[in-house]
Amino acid sequence: MILLWLILVPFIGGLLSLPARRWRDYAPRWLALAALAVDAVLVLTLFADTGAAPKTDWLAQVDWAWIPRFGIRFHLALDGLSLLLVGLTVFLGFAAVLCSWTEIRERQGFFHFNLLWTLAGVIGVFLALDLFLFFFFWEVMLIPMYLLIGIWGHENRAYAAMKFFIFTQVSGLLMLIAILALVFLHYQTTRSLSFDYFELLEADLYPGAARWIMLGFFVAFTVKLPAIPFHTWLPDAHTQAPTGGSVLLAGVLLKTGAYGLLRFVIPLFPGAAQDFAPVAMTLGAVSILYAAKLAFAQTDIKRLIAYTSISHMGFVLLGVFAGNAQALQGAVMTMLAHGVSAAALFMVAGALQERLHTRDMDKMGGLWTLAPRIGAITLFFSVAALGMPGLGNFVGEFLVLLGSFRVDTAITAFAAIGLILAPVYALYVMQRAFHGPASPCEVRDFGIREMGMMLCLIAATAWMGLHPQSMLAYTDARVNGLTRTLAQRGP
Amino acid sequence: MASIPFEHALLLASVLFALGLVALLIRRNLIVMLMSVEIMLNAAGLAFIAAGSRWGQPDGQVMFLLVLTLAAAEVGVGLGLVLQIYRRYKTLDVDRLSEMQG
Amino acid sequence: MLNLLWLVPFMPLAGFLILTASEGRLPRAYVPWIGAGSVGLSAALAASLAFELLALAPEARVFRQTLWHWMAAGDFGVDFAFYLDALSLNMLLVVTGVGFLIHVYSAGYMADDPSMARFFAYMNLFVFAMLILVLADNLPLLYLGWEGVGLCSYLLIGFWYEKPENGYAARKAFVVTRVGDTAMALGLFLMFSQLGTLDIQEAMARASTQWPAGSALPTAAALLLLGGAVGKSAQLPLQVWLPDAMAGPTPISALIHAATMVTAGVYLIARTHALFALAPEVQTLVAAIGAITLLMSGFSALTQTDIKRILAYSTISQIGYMFLALGVGAWSAAIFHLTTHAFFKALLFLGAGAVILSLHHEQDIFRMGGLRRSLPLVFWTFIVGLAALVALPFTSGYYSKHEILLSAYGSGAAGPWLWAAGTAGAILTGLYSTRLLLVAFFGTERTQAHSHYGSNIGVPLVVLAILSLAGGLAKLPLFPALPETGTEETGGSIGLATTAAPFLGVAIGYLVYRTGTASAEALLQLPGAETLRRLWFSGWGMDWVYDRLFVFPFIALARLNKGDAVDRLYQGIVALTRLGHCMLVPTQTGQLRRYAAGMLFGAALILALGVWS
Repeated sequence: MILLWLILVPFIGGLLSLPARRWRDYAPRWLALAALAVDAVLVLTLFADTGAAPKTDWLAQVDWAWIPRFGIRFHLALDGLSLLLVGLTVFLGFAAVLCSWTEIRERQGFFHFNLLWTLAGVIGVFLALDLFLFFFFWEVMLIPMYLLIGIWGHENRAYAAMKFFIFTQVSGLLMLIAILALVFLHYQTTRSLSFDYFELLEADLYPGAARWIMLGFFVAFTVKLPAIPFHTWLPDAHTQAPTGGSVLLAGVLLKTGAYGLLRFVIPLFPGAAQDFAPVAMTLGAVSILYAAKLAFAQTDIKRLIAYTSISHMGFVLLGVFAGNAQALQGAVMTMLAHGVSAAALFMVAGALQERLHTRDMDKMGGLWTLAPRIGAITLFFSVAALGMPGLGNFVGEFLVLLGSFRVDTAITAFAAIGLILAPVYALYVMQRAFHGPASPCEVRDFGIREMGMMLCLIAATAWMGLHPQSMLAYTDARVNGLTRTLAQRGP
Repeated sequence: MASIPFEHALLLASVLFALGLVALLIRRNLIVMLMSVEIMLNAAGLAFIAAGSRWGQPDGQVMFLLVLTLAAAEVGVGLGLVLQIYRRYKTLDVDRLSEMQG
Repeated sequence: MLNLLWLVPFMPLAGFLILTASEGRLPRAYVPWIGAGSVGLSAALAASLAFELLALAPEARVFRQTLWHWMAAGDFGVDFAFYLDALSLNMLLVVTGVGFLIHVYSAGYMADDPSMARFFAYMNLFVFAMLILVLADNLPLLYLGWEGVGLCSYLLIGFWYEKPENGYAARKAFVVTRVGDTAMALGLFLMFSQLGTLDIQEAMARASTQWPAGSALPTAAALLLLGGAVGKSAQLPLQVWLPDAMAGPTPISALIHAATMVTAGVYLIARTHALFALAPEVQTLVAAIGAITLLMSGFSALTQTDIKRILAYSTISQIGYMFLALGVGAWSAAIFHLTTHAFFKALLFLGAGAVILSLHHEQDIFRMGGLRRSLPLVFWTFIVGLAALVALPFTSGYYSKHEILLSAYGSGAAGPWLWAAGTAGAILTGLYSTRLLLVAFFGTERTQAHSHYGSNIGVPLVVLAILSLAGGLAKLPLFPALPETGTEETGGSIGLATTAAPFLGVAIGYLVYRTGTASAEALLQLPGAETLRRLWFSGWGMDWVYDRLFVFPFIALARLNKGDAVDRLYQGIVALTRLGHCMLVPTQTGQLRRYAAGMLFGAALILALGVWS
């Protein structure tokens, strides 16, 4: 039941924030905070119930008949992986609401409605274990995000929102086709029509079909991830989205793609995934390098951060398809750590835009003198992004490379060049925006609200870097299950 | 009672349909075009009736009733639109009402 | 008492956190107390730990402390754990001791800087990271410290961030060392995938049993680790960052770019000496790198005019000696030279800092001169430092360098060549040191000096001068952390030549720069001399080569593809759709009757298809 409430609370909060605007101007954002607080309590209850390390596979389940005629069930379940990701979602939900506090002035009710519905959709995606339900939530999180970009975005928002929508929609269509194909093939062999995850895990597909269906899922998830060559929606969407939207996009929405790979592609098609692994790992490595190079070339700070996201997600792709315990754990860690650090960087970029009314780094410079707090925080997260040991991103990248080195030395060595390119772009941001001679203008430094938020994110990043075991323990069971599946059903 | 042969009824229906079609294509007055659509609808209805009586099934008449209601609704909406168009453009010549082009 | 080991690195960390959290609002008077105080406490603690550890029998001088379980995945697991043996103790003492003196000095040097709190915060963070590096029980933790010191180096080189060239130097230092670090990371991956552990002692033990000496795997692993070492320690071919790193405040150059961080590569190789012993080819390569680097940078030091750049090239050269020692298996000699070098090079940099401060940030030695009279304390301590650098007898540098050169001579077939390179380097060292001393401190006064430094600058200079003189006597026993290498007695003539070489250099320097018997200008008149001088001045043109090989192509590629070529693909789809739209627009005539006709034909077509097929 608690799982259902996890989704329902933001749904209801969103609905309530629509009329709340008539009452008071600031009511919607407080309402959103309240809804998130309830969700946070629920998540913490789940963490408390679980203890330090989960003993069983599935920690909580909800399983009701929904459309029995087609074997569609309302099936939610939570394991350590989902728990961590739901926790990240709620955590970054707070960040998204707080960083929109002063930025969004128009149609606050509808803004928070969209924000909360996106979150609800994402949480649903992380919990759904019925493929139809999963697809439903997949679409639910898309449309509010489209509206967030399209209504509250920056100068080129219509183009960016449309691009985002079309990419995601086409990939969603591919996934729907793949789901239906999987269900029908399963029906043909067993005569039972079911969209249920556990039943489909048993599906016995002949290799050719498995490969094509796997590709359908793979493309859908790598568009979301995103990886080369499906990444081009992301720089536009991130650049044009309002800060809160960017935070959710980078912090959470991208993770749904990685989650899909871990939850569906590998367990459902272990053999096909293993055959495909060299290609996927190469795509991951190319993403890392190509996006890093593009990031270096940008002058728009949000666009730059967007490309770094692609670069980091390349590590996730590499890790997922390397498929051993280190690489998979590393992929999960990268998801969490990148969620926090990218969200923080987007918040900084949003704050800069709010203050300077530009995102062009050529027009910045010397900001450290004017706003040392912003400078120090950007420095921290740039350093986190370039993979400094002791911070979360390092643990993820290190484990990914450690694991993938065992699988494919050449690709790993190639991907490791990304470690050299990361400081090139990350430190260049610091140089262009914060160092150099100070300009004579006034810039308001971070206040208490922003500092509090940022300190939470800093604490999370440092915690993930210094004591990652507290998170790795939650996904240990799942990762071991995945490696076993790959070992048994692989070629 | 000698029944009308099925072929004759079908022939009549086709002739009516062709008449309506030709009228639709060559006339420019909107009201006449509406009327020709009516004729085509009724031709289709006639074919239904004929077929229904040929095989002794009630479906033909059911379908005719459906077509009849459809036609009534169509005329209602259509005439309303025609009236509005005439008020606005003072003409019923469809060739001159070609504002909606690409 | 040994259980307090964790406090040694965490005290500077606490200092860093306090200074950061105060956001520069702390009264200026307290800042040095926190910054230097935290390191001072660490140093005191480290000293007491040293007494305790050295009181034990040599075999028992090992202490492990596990703080918490860091990360585990599958069969991989590492702890946040410290390992203290004679080698790490030696480093611990150098880092905290010299670090503390430099912190004290900084309190004077940075007294007028508005961002003093930030400076001390970075310094404390650096000491923390460096201590993690030397204390790490496993390679990932060592890597944490390794990257941490790199970050602090970046932050401190670019400390005066208003000047873009400082930022450039800082980024260059970080990125160039990162190239080496990446090789090192790959080395870690290789070791884990083959040995199944990254615990240093365990990995060394397994490597010795599992890998036959000279086989491909230890060679590859050692090569990759060597990549990290040459990056951090500024050896060929990654030495280009160090001269530029002099853009930072001078105490930084003393602490990071002379005494501690740049010698991390030497420490790494000594730490993993068992692995290098399995790869004789790589060890020869280490020696060769050391020999070539020490000669090349010795020549470069000859032509520099900036006092800090002279010292920077000298540092590269001295680390070259350490690599030479490592390459010939004289592990403890390398660490010994590391220690003495930390003393005298820190002293030289601090002295240079005092000079620079007195001359209002004038760094060109040819605009100095006559400082002997205006800055007597700096002059005498500087002479002591230079004497140790050129390895005049009875200074600390003499003992360590002598040991290295003699070990080199006795190391197989290549030994005499390595010895010859080292001895030639010693002549060069004598030459450029004499040049520096005579030009800057003798002659006529070219810039008015204001000796307004206080005791917190003077005291560290004196202490370091004493250490530079006497440090050679207090050599920590490094056995059993490092195998004992008995320096067999080589012929007296070799020992004599080794001792005499610096004097030759000093004599030449004296003749050129003091008596004017041979003038430098006359030398430059020789054909090709000017080209050679320029080549040496630019550090053998390595920057030029790297710019053209890597930097410019990368920037050009980035500029070229700023708009993301992959997006063209999707723009192509968009364009195709648009094209289709344009082609079909004319069919939308707005003529109702045409649409009706179109429908008629369409229906007829479909019917016909249905009938005829």
